[in-house]
Amino acid sequence: MSTTVSSSRPGNPQPGNAGKDAAAATVSAKPVGWKTPVFLAAFALIALVFFGLLAPNQTASFGISTGSDFFQLPAIQVNAFAGGLVLSILLLGLAAYAIYLKTRDNPVPGWLTVAFIVLFVAAFLIWVVGGARTPSISLAGLIAGSVTLAVPLVFGSLSGVLCERVGVVNIAIEGQLLGGAFTAAIVASITQNPFVGLLAAAVAGAVVSMVLALFSIKYLVNQIIVGVVLNVLVSGVTGFLFSTVMQANKAQFNSPPGLDIIEVPVLSSIPVIGPILFRQSLVGYLMYIAVLVVWVGLFKTRWGLRVRAVGEHPQAADTLGINVNATRFWNVTLGGAVAGIGGSFFTLVAIDSFTKEISGGRGFIALAALIFGRWNPIGAFFAALLFGFADNLQSIVTIIGTPVPSQFMAMLPYLVTVLAVAGLVGKSRGPAASGIPYVKG
Amino acid sequence: MVRVLKLELRGITKRFGTLLANDHIDVVVEPGQIHCLLGENGAGKSTLMNVLYGLYEPSEGEILVDGKPVSFRGPGDAMEAGIGMVHQHFMLVPVFTVAENVALGAEPTKAAGFLNLDETRRRIKEISDQYGFDVEPDALVEDLPVGVQQRVEIIKALVRNAKVLILDEPTAVLTPQETDELLDIMRQLKSGGTSIVFISHKLREVKAVSDTITVIRRGKVVGTADPAASTTELASMMVGRAVSLTLDKAPAQPKEKTFEVRDLTVIAPNGQHVVDGLSFDIARGEILAVAGVQGNGQTELTEAILGLQERVHGSILLDGQELLGRTVKEVLNAGVGFVPEDRSVDGLIGTFSIAENLILDRYDQPPFAKGISMSPARVLENAKTRIEEFDVRTPSGALAAGTLSGGNQQKVVMARELSRPLRLFIASQPTRGVDVGSIEFLHKRIVAERDQGTPVMIISTELDEVMELADRIAVLYKGKLVGVVPAGTSRDVLGLMMAGIPPEEHVHTTQAGKAADTTTISTSDAEGGDHV
Repeated sequence: MSTTVSSSRPGNPQPGNAGKDAAAATVSAKPVGWKTPVFLAAFALIALVFFGLLAPNQTASFGISTGSDFFQLPAIQVNAFAGGLVLSILLLGLAAYAIYLKTRDNPVPGWLTVAFIVLFVAAFLIWVVGGARTPSISLAGLIAGSVTLAVPLVFGSLSGVLCERVGVVNIAIEGQLLGGAFTAAIVASITQNPFVGLLAAAVAGAVVSMVLALFSIKYLVNQIIVGVVLNVLVSGVTGFLFSTVMQANKAQFNSPPGLDIIEVPVLSSIPVIGPILFRQSLVGYLMYIAVLVVWVGLFKTRWGLRVRAVGEHPQAADTLGINVNATRFWNVTLGGAVAGIGGSFFTLVAIDSFTKEISGGRGFIALAALIFGRWNPIGAFFAALLFGFADNLQSIVTIIGTPVPSQFMAMLPYLVTVLAVAGLVGKSRGPAASGIPYVKG
Repeated sequence: MVRVLKLELRGITKRFGTLLANDHIDVVVEPGQIHCLLGENGAGKSTLMNVLYGLYEPSEGEILVDGKPVSFRGPGDAMEAGIGMVHQHFMLVPVFTVAENVALGAEPTKAAGFLNLDETRRRIKEISDQYGFDVEPDALVEDLPVGVQQRVEIIKALVRNAKVLILDEPTAVLTPQETDELLDIMRQLKSGGTSIVFISHKLREVKAVSDTITVIRRGKVVGTADPAASTTELASMMVGRAVSLTLDKAPAQPKEKTFEVRDLTVIAPNGQHVVDGLSFDIARGEILAVAGVQGNGQTELTEAILGLQERVHGSILLDGQELLGRTVKEVLNAGVGFVPEDRSVDGLIGTFSIAENLILDRYDQPPFAKGISMSPARVLENAKTRIEEFDVRTPSGALAAGTLSGGNQQKVVMARELSRPLRLFIASQPTRGVDVGSIEFLHKRIVAERDQGTPVMIISTELDEVMELADRIAVLYKGKLVGVVPAGTSRDVLGLMMAGIPPEEHVHTTQAGKAADTTTISTSDAEGGDHV
């Protein structure tokens, strides 16, 4: 009660805010810290010792063509020791340059970080393949598989983008993916139509999101808590229905017809790119479309301008006649539908049945991708791709047999997540009003 | 081309729970007029305007536009009716460009909802040229100075064809020169046919620009006044009793210099030097007032002295002892009294009682504490004395501090800080959001502390307050000291210093400043130029 009174008397100035705003206005230089240079140097040294000096003297082979391509490109052959050494010296060079920049108070440029990641990954690949029992993998297959594994992540992080850009933190991505996966499986099984299943998955995701929207926007419940509770709720409900309904009658309720891979004639036979862009399921194509549509929508249209305004400064939007809470509600709902479609990938494309916890924490990785991608649909897409790559790499590497215990390799996607978000993102700035409920007055 | 608009508020009443913010207010804004709503902080001016702008729904009463009753369900309706508002805290999205901010809510679009910002840019350019605003449509709002941000807000209203423009405390964040420019803009808008509702509690500005003045006190209209009325007259109408606006203070008798700041630099987390190589000293029995527009390093300066800032270089000497590197507690124990700029955040704990708030810095010392036990009786006893001494208007010291009015809260903070022997007294914004009556009292207490021989440092963004209290005036701009000048330095000189121009460069610029100050409707090129 007392808060209502004090906050609804705008006659009282709120000292401090305006001052801080003014101070912030004069800041243009980004903070220059030691974190990134030190981080890069540490990893360059790790690369030198493990991937360079301790590398086996064996040749690693990377295939870049698949059987169905137009023409066959020869596989790349690299001596693991030499390759590792060269790459780790390049990495050291990049790290040294970053330190040099820091001493002159310049920030580490983005291209440097990207180049570092690419080289580090290459060094790691050469090392791991070079040390394997069968030192040969298909690079094209690795990348195509990464995209496949990234599909639900991309949808999940797009859902996060849609929600956070409008000012609602969506921790429930995991629940939306899982709900989508379950609903797609059961509806497609009953109707024997995967397209109906896909639609139902979107609806299921939207329903989960509407609960989040209702509690966080209308009843002002802490958004993180609602999100966590929703994850647990969806996991419990789907788990229960799985063991009581699906397992009892698998043929009727848990054998969805899958969505077929649609190959675009000719284009799909281009080496490397073909399988990634033109040999996908309907959900895969939808992913590319969704990334573009969300990006264009957010940054080029009236809808996007309003959405971003609501997420940055809801009061300003309100004073211009934009209905803040309605905008938030519908965006969160839309986000849920997007995540739901992503969830359908598990049961309609990847595996042809639902199992408990089939989403396996990918909703949280999607959340990380969202932050790593700096709340930008395209950034989130590439971040999700990186995590998908790590995920795929660990399974391939386990198959070819490496000196590294498979349990460690299984940690790879999560390790990448932590390192990416903690080490490389730095202080990224999300939408200013994200997570803060809007109350008029 | 210009559609004039007559605006009438009839019997507007707005309640928040039991609080009556507006009590049957009648105001008529004639077309093409600058109508001032004069009242103290918390008198209900902003609430009234938020009702008019459709942000609040009135509990009673009606709004008439050109004689026809209207009801606004939201700001959209108000804008439709030709009402625009520039809020006290700007409603601009910092990470958007000027054009995006102006377009927001009324976006010109191409097919399929795609933005057509070129149209908006053209309109901004048009208005910017007409009034000499000099606003770049593609600049990011967060990079713009406050004065320019305000113009963006005005453009926002004009693009929506506002015929009545509400300006809510528009000068609070401006330098005196920027204020003069704003007053000129207001006159230009008026001559262009736009009516203006000007909300303020600063008498000088109100007198300079208004056609009609309506005085509001405690949610009620207490009368209208003529802009020609004297400031004392207006002030007593606003407060409801006779007030003396000038402080009787004896000339300072400075003794030895016991507080010294040398080459003080404070680095913000983002690497910016928010306080940059500051050196000054204060003598016992002297008030040094630190002037400057908000956000020029004042907050960081006080926090550095108190030990609240992390990256500080230089030296802060009190009685020959280094304060830098000590904990806040050690600094306080060295005899530093500190009134923070935001009492509700840093000065008081709203849910604690007044009595508890009065001993926040000494709760663990005798006579209030002995070992691990505390004596509530002594705490209450202390509260009784302080409440009486500082004239805090409250029935009991056991009430929560948050229930007090702004002025009384400030008296509690001041009472706590002044109730122990001090070697240095720092007060930041000592009278912000405080009623005129309490200002008088607080100022007297500050001068009394000086007369006891304490070095006193006042940080204020209100030039009137600085000129009133100071024995010497230090002006900060972007964290640097522009200069230290004696009390009695003219408003014009101080104003230019607040814009970063040191006094020795004023020889010709003051002339220009004075010219702009006295011209009623000056041309746009006369006002720019000499400012940063």
